[in-house]
Amino acid sequence: MKKRSVRSILLGVMVLTVSIALCACGGDKNAETETDNTSQEQDADAVAEETEGQAEAAGEPTQGGSVVVGKTQDLVSLDPHAVTDAGTRDVVFNLYEGLVKATPDGELKPAVASDYTISEDAKVYTFTLRDGITFHDGSAVTVDDIKYSLERFAEEQSDSSAFSIVEDVVIADDKTVEVHLSEGNSEFLPELTCGIIPASNEDVTGNPIGTGPFKFVSYAPGENLVMERYDGYWGEKAYLDQVTFKFVADVETAFMELQAGTLDILNYLTADQVSTLGDDFTIVNGSMNLVHAMYLNNDYEPLSNVKVRQALCYAVDRQSINDFLFGGASRLIGTHMIPSLTKYYNEETENLYEYNPEKAKELLAEAGYPDGFELSIMVPSAYSQHVSTAEIIAENLKAVGIDAKLELVEWSTWLSECYQGRKYQATVVGVDGKLSPSDWFAKYVSTDAKNFMNYKSEEFDKLFNEAYATVDADKKAELYKEAEMVLAQDAVNVFIEDPADFVAVNSKLAGYQFYPIAAQDMSTVYYAEQQ
Amino acid sequence: MKYIGKRFITLIITLLCISAITFAAFSVIPGNASITKLGTDATPEQIAALEKELGLDQPVTTRYFNWLKDALRGDFGDSYQYDNTTVTSLLASRLPVTVLLAVMAFLLIILVSIPLGILSARFSGKLPDTLINVITQITMAIPPFFLGILLTYIFGLVLKWFQPGQFISPKESFWGCVRYLIFPAVAVALPKIAMVIKFLRNSVLGQMGQDYVRTAYSRGNTKSSVLYRHVLKNAFIPVITFMALIIAEILAGSIIVEQVFSVPGVGRLLITAISSRDYPVVQAIVTYVTALVVTINFLVDVLYQVIDPRIRTAG
Repeated sequence: MKKRSVRSILLGVMVLTVSIALCACGGDKNAETETDNTSQEQDADAVAEETEGQAEAAGEPTQGGSVVVGKTQDLVSLDPHAVTDAGTRDVVFNLYEGLVKATPDGELKPAVASDYTISEDAKVYTFTLRDGITFHDGSAVTVDDIKYSLERFAEEQSDSSAFSIVEDVVIADDKTVEVHLSEGNSEFLPELTCGIIPASNEDVTGNPIGTGPFKFVSYAPGENLVMERYDGYWGEKAYLDQVTFKFVADVETAFMELQAGTLDILNYLTADQVSTLGDDFTIVNGSMNLVHAMYLNNDYEPLSNVKVRQALCYAVDRQSINDFLFGGASRLIGTHMIPSLTKYYNEETENLYEYNPEKAKELLAEAGYPDGFELSIMVPSAYSQHVSTAEIIAENLKAVGIDAKLELVEWSTWLSECYQGRKYQATVVGVDGKLSPSDWFAKYVSTDAKNFMNYKSEEFDKLFNEAYATVDADKKAELYKEAEMVLAQDAVNVFIEDPADFVAVNSKLAGYQFYPIAAQDMSTVYYAEQQ
Repeated sequence: MKYIGKRFITLIITLLCISAITFAAFSVIPGNASITKLGTDATPEQIAALEKELGLDQPVTTRYFNWLKDALRGDFGDSYQYDNTTVTSLLASRLPVTVLLAVMAFLLIILVSIPLGILSARFSGKLPDTLINVITQITMAIPPFFLGILLTYIFGLVLKWFQPGQFISPKESFWGCVRYLIFPAVAVALPKIAMVIKFLRNSVLGQMGQDYVRTAYSRGNTKSSVLYRHVLKNAFIPVITFMALIIAEILAGSIIVEQVFSVPGVGRLLITAISSRDYPVVQAIVTYVTALVVTINFLVDVLYQVIDPRIRTAG
């Protein structure tokens, strides 16, 4: 018996060696592309420019064609008013539009409305319906549809949502709709990106109808969603005839399908995967728009001490995480905000804590933990970048005497235990947000339902409330930046980075754009003319 | 007839036990469908509202009996994860795919392992036996998912014999579907083939030492005629029992292999349903698969009696 098991181990090793050799062959061939890619990653802006340059070089846009976009998570709902995740919003961005819609540089442009005005006290938002705009079924969009959609959205969102301040939606005439708020709010406009749908449609999820550049064709749960170009679109029409979002079980399988040519576009690649792709794909480099951090339970005994939290910040080598996972392409951050929302981003928070294990040990000693303590880091196991990050952090923490252990959990478990239940010590995840800055910060307010960090700071609460109530844009930005500095100085969490998002795009395609929110806009993607 | 009735009762009891255990397991593990579906953006009120809508606020026993009542009428309810989708419609397109994959894997196992098993027994200790032994050791040592990745890499990416992910639904083209499923079927079958070969070889060799074999030889039979006319019939009986076990393993194996090859079958649905805590879907799949395995076991038992009349009288 024993002899047999030894033999099978040996054989297993042999097979592994062979397969590794095979993988290595695939890797070597493209080693050059890798260095190419890493050298072009410096500044987010520079990269964006370069991508545009590439698009031009790739030739003139042609009409038609179809693409398959890989997604590793299925949709939550096709209802534009339901609570969904970033993966779902990526997709439905192509189907639905609000009164306004986001642009790649994080601004808002009129969509279903052709124009809008905001009253001085920011209490009344007035929209003019765009002339001649139609739904995918060909019917004209009316002010009644707008009122219906906004009221439906308000109902689906609950009382504690930002939409709860909507007092009334008033139809002024057949071209004008006014949204009345119970209190002045200058950050309300991003909320009005919520999809406008026809009041007559009774099957919203089964037969989705919107005004976007693509219209719905079919959805097979767990398999794919197909959409085709809407020729009656009011704006610049899409190039592609058809787009299929294909749902694949996991990242590895998706990557194989990409290499096989089944998928044309796949996002969230790792630096390793980028280096194995050949000339068939262009790598477009943006950011995931996430605050990637080790979030801390500020109520948990040692972590309730600010010096301990600061010690953790000094102990973690953020640059090595960035280098290891993203080839150094991510932007390191020091607070809860993404650099892409430039208007509100406080750069000064970035270098508050430089990697310094000695300093971390000093702080731990001052806090009364000269020999460290035990720390359990909860990580959702399905996300390899979170797991790898937590592994590096655990090593960093061991170096300063903290005995950190990983606790891998399923996503559902993470949501109920860690996020809703707040039964955790530390956790590594990425948190996303919307275009309105308050959406990023509100979760740090002491009484907020989403404050899973259990963070309590009077100073922050005061600053946030002041900023939120401020109507003047510059003043508002200043106050938010101050609030960000408070989060950084309090070391609420070990903030790491806004991770780089490597998107592989079939090299025949061009025009892929990044947004500072969850959106995979397929309307600008086209097959470039071959030279 | 009496025997069939007895087996039918066993089937019902097994189904009841399995479904109750699944229900209980789901109420113990953390997380629920409402929290999972709504994700990080949800407010507590929204989570509570959806829980109420799905009936998750009721105690687990009430939910189980409600489910049982509907299931007995053939109604497996609506999926939690997908809006306005019945469990039956989700299964309708996937069950045939998984069954096809399982049948193909099973055929492969029979076609390959029986001749090789006999060959191995016949030349035991000689070159063919050693060779087969080495190969089976290798294939048994590789887990199906890894074998799947290896096959996708070699035949999909390097040799381009099939295009990974480009699944053709059986409705579109039956043979196209069969062609796509060949490699997944191989990934499922290979480790099992190795097991059956070993089992058959040992069974044949065990029979070869029996008294009736010596008698057969003494009556002037050649080695082949002893093997084919006397030994095989007896050697197959334990192999058939083993095959019944293998069927359950084929289904388990295809769950993982479907993931790797992006085959839209029951296995993939089961995995997503578990991770999104979509109980109605999980319950339905577990019920179907259990029923399938128990029924096949029953058929194997019947087959058993056909081959060996002694069991009929004893049973």
